[in-house]
Amino acid sequence: MVWGVLQFPGSCDERDALRACSLLGEARLVWHEERDLGGIDAVVVPGGFSYGDYLRAGAIARFSPAMEAVAEFAAAGGSVLGICNGFQVLCEAGLLPGALLLNETRRFTCRQLELLTPRGGLSIPGKHGEGRYYAPEELLDELEARGQVAYRYAPGENPNGSARDIAGVRNEAGNVLGLMPHPEHAVDPLTGSTDGLKVFEDLAR
Amino acid sequence: MGKHRELGLTDAEFGLIVEKLGREPNDVELAMFSLLWSEHCAYKHSRKLLRRLPTEGERVVMGPGENAGAVDVGNGYAVAFKVESHNHPSAVEPFQGAATGVGGILRDVFALGARPIAILDSLRFGELDSPRSRHLLDGAVRGIGHYGNSIGVPTVGGEICFEPPYEHNCLVNAMCVGLARTEEMVRAAAAGVGNAVVLMGAATGRDGIGGASVLASAELGDGDEAKRPTVQIGDPFEESKLLECCLELLGKGLLVSLQDLGAAGLTSSAAEMASAGGVGIDLDVAKVPLREADMEPFEIMVSESQERMLAVVEPAKVPAVLALCEKWQTGGAEIGVVTDSGRIRVLRGEALAGEMPVAALVDGCPLYDLDPGEPEGWIYGNEDVLAERVAAVAGEGTDRDDPRGVLLALLASPGVASKRWAFEQYDCLVGSRTVRRPEAADAAVLQLPEAGKAIAVSIDGNGRRVACDPHAGTVEAVLECAQNLACTGAEPLGLTNCLNFGNPEKPAPAWQLDRAVSGLAEACEALGVPVVGGNVSLYNEGPEGPIYPTPVVGMVGELPDPARTCGSAFAREGDAIGLLGPFAPSPAGSELTKLRGGLGKGLPQPDVVAVAAACAAVREAVRAGSLSSAHDVSDGGLACALAESAISGGLGCRVDARPLRERGCSPEEALFGEGPGGFLLSGEREALERLGAVLLGEVGGTTLALAAGDRSFSVDLDAAESAWRSLPSRVD
Repeated sequence: MVWGVLQFPGSCDERDALRACSLLGEARLVWHEERDLGGIDAVVVPGGFSYGDYLRAGAIARFSPAMEAVAEFAAAGGSVLGICNGFQVLCEAGLLPGALLLNETRRFTCRQLELLTPRGGLSIPGKHGEGRYYAPEELLDELEARGQVAYRYAPGENPNGSARDIAGVRNEAGNVLGLMPHPEHAVDPLTGSTDGLKVFEDLAR
Repeated sequence: MGKHRELGLTDAEFGLIVEKLGREPNDVELAMFSLLWSEHCAYKHSRKLLRRLPTEGERVVMGPGENAGAVDVGNGYAVAFKVESHNHPSAVEPFQGAATGVGGILRDVFALGARPIAILDSLRFGELDSPRSRHLLDGAVRGIGHYGNSIGVPTVGGEICFEPPYEHNCLVNAMCVGLARTEEMVRAAAAGVGNAVVLMGAATGRDGIGGASVLASAELGDGDEAKRPTVQIGDPFEESKLLECCLELLGKGLLVSLQDLGAAGLTSSAAEMASAGGVGIDLDVAKVPLREADMEPFEIMVSESQERMLAVVEPAKVPAVLALCEKWQTGGAEIGVVTDSGRIRVLRGEALAGEMPVAALVDGCPLYDLDPGEPEGWIYGNEDVLAERVAAVAGEGTDRDDPRGVLLALLASPGVASKRWAFEQYDCLVGSRTVRRPEAADAAVLQLPEAGKAIAVSIDGNGRRVACDPHAGTVEAVLECAQNLACTGAEPLGLTNCLNFGNPEKPAPAWQLDRAVSGLAEACEALGVPVVGGNVSLYNEGPEGPIYPTPVVGMVGELPDPARTCGSAFAREGDAIGLLGPFAPSPAGSELTKLRGGLGKGLPQPDVVAVAAACAAVREAVRAGSLSSAHDVSDGGLACALAESAISGGLGCRVDARPLRERGCSPEEALFGEGPGGFLLSGEREALERLGAVLLGEVGGTTLALAAGDRSFSVDLDAAESAWRSLPSRVD
């Protein structure tokens, strides 16, 4: 499996994502001005502060040439994983439902988080200032009914005030996945847990 | 006449400038001299003292004088690091002051060609019951997070202290650690007559004009609001692009030398590069990209606009350099040339705006001897607040000397309490190196797979104890740093320091500075740790007087195996608890003595050799994997160290401090007394005995059951934890 990790000016976690993907297959960086995703089986839109997160987190990155290519890639059924800022970018681009708002505490928060998935719990760190998942109530109902809620914060773990403790969602087709916590920072027992690998596996599922 | 005084120069200094130029300086030249001859740039009251510090060692790759120091970590890699202050800007505008403090120290490190891999901060504020202190704390923490998080460098450690003398003049010291391939590192010396001088990064604006002279080299006082325009504004996105661009340029061998633009902007960068290379530089300010078109030459030369770097480039490589600037969407402009004139010439197009010998600018400033005078007694205030603090945590009517109430009051004291509120606002993970996160161990531990090992980093200082005895207190700061490293299994490689003191022209701060530097030198000599860089911040005073003298020490150590390190939390029910090292707790300068209002001059003299031996023993035990936890006994004494290990591990303990009683301590000294040299260890009984630790008790249960000879008491772990975690309720 060949992974492509986007790199925008202002990306921070692209090298960490590259390292994580390298544990699972081949991996290369994709510069934000590239449009060619040839040979890539799965795309990771990494964390950080793309283009400084000016205007609004992810609002500028969605217009980059690489993101145009990712939209086509996703429409053709390609697997796309958005992590933190990448999740924000995918929501801005309309590839995922909902939006990420300023944390309820109005502070950036970095801590290890317990997540719930249909296949059990995960311990993965989160670090963000704008991670409060928001969608209208009817949409939230639909997302739940269609099984698009991929990850929830365990009770008492919600660090940002996300609606219904939602930490990550999929698109309707299931090939695009986004979450605020950082699975690429949970792939090495020395630096924490290895539960993040399961998120990368979830994408391939 | 008189304009030089406004710019911070004395009449005698002005006379010297006239003498060196053979004429009166024009406005451009005067502005440039006033900055480079400021305390901040010229170290004119500290340079002579700093000659006492040991700076050599076999692992030193770069020492003082470069943008940052660097030590060899093997396998062709070096670790670069430096700490720097941004105190006065933070006191005037805490968010931007702290943010640009981080931005500045990052540039110092990547100027060497090192990728920044960690940030640590040492912060000092007044007491938290003051709205000003809460405002400064909140702003500084947000500012550090804003810059570090956005640029993708983890903030892995630091310290925050609260003491009344910092009420007006807070301290914000930031340390950056970077990793470089040794052969790709670059120095700041300009070289090669005819080479181009290229300015990269942000455009130059009117921000931060006079920062080094007006703000950093004078006491704070009334009218500081008016100094806001001298504070710079940071843009971490700009710096992120600049950082990646510089590292790619260096990786491709496109630069001869590189220097960041910090205090005094283009003036100091150009002058220092020329001075280090023994050359001259011609600069054309008309070629400098500007934010405002109508800037005067002197403004362009002294602007402290952030996120800029100055490079020397061979002419043939200039197009490739500018192309990479384009790729990273950052500025790049050829603004000058290296000459053999030994002079800095400032041109605007064809017109000469100023011309000065480099030697006069950089080395011409007179160096002053201090006129130290030891103060008679304790020169700072100190109120007795113990009864109210005890009542607040243990309930009204609790006796102020009740040991249970005292322990809870100490744990809730902001200086001792958990700083999770602050460090959770920082990304401590980016880069995938963080093996021990903040408060998980006494030092942060970062893996370096490239070099096949790990490093541990710590930053420490205790101004209150230095105020009690500047020499002994500074020795203790170095020892605490070394002890923190030892707890993670690391051996010190090098040290950086930031000397934060009051007005050196007054006898008491001068005496404190003199004694502190001698303590720093003594401790470094005894431990065999070279000082590879540092920074001096003087004139830290408010209307009430000087700050506590505050040398802040940052240390980097190495450990062979990141999997063989150790945390500070108790890990296993039934483990034995032991105390190792020449720990002789005393009430002098302690947190409890502070709460009692009993602070005064004097500290016991530390036994550096004995502490070094204990550090070595703990380090080897950690590396052998024979300890479950290791924690240095620090603020609040043994009882607080026990509580911290217990709370962090979620395991209580039963401890009798009788062995300290047998060393002649009172029960209160045994539990709450402070001093260097104590390690609190847990592990198998035989392992602790083999180390020579004194056994105190064992891990287990849900309470802290403490005894000191005939006195005993117990505190529920939950109660201890809620006191220790009470900082958010004091701040938000």
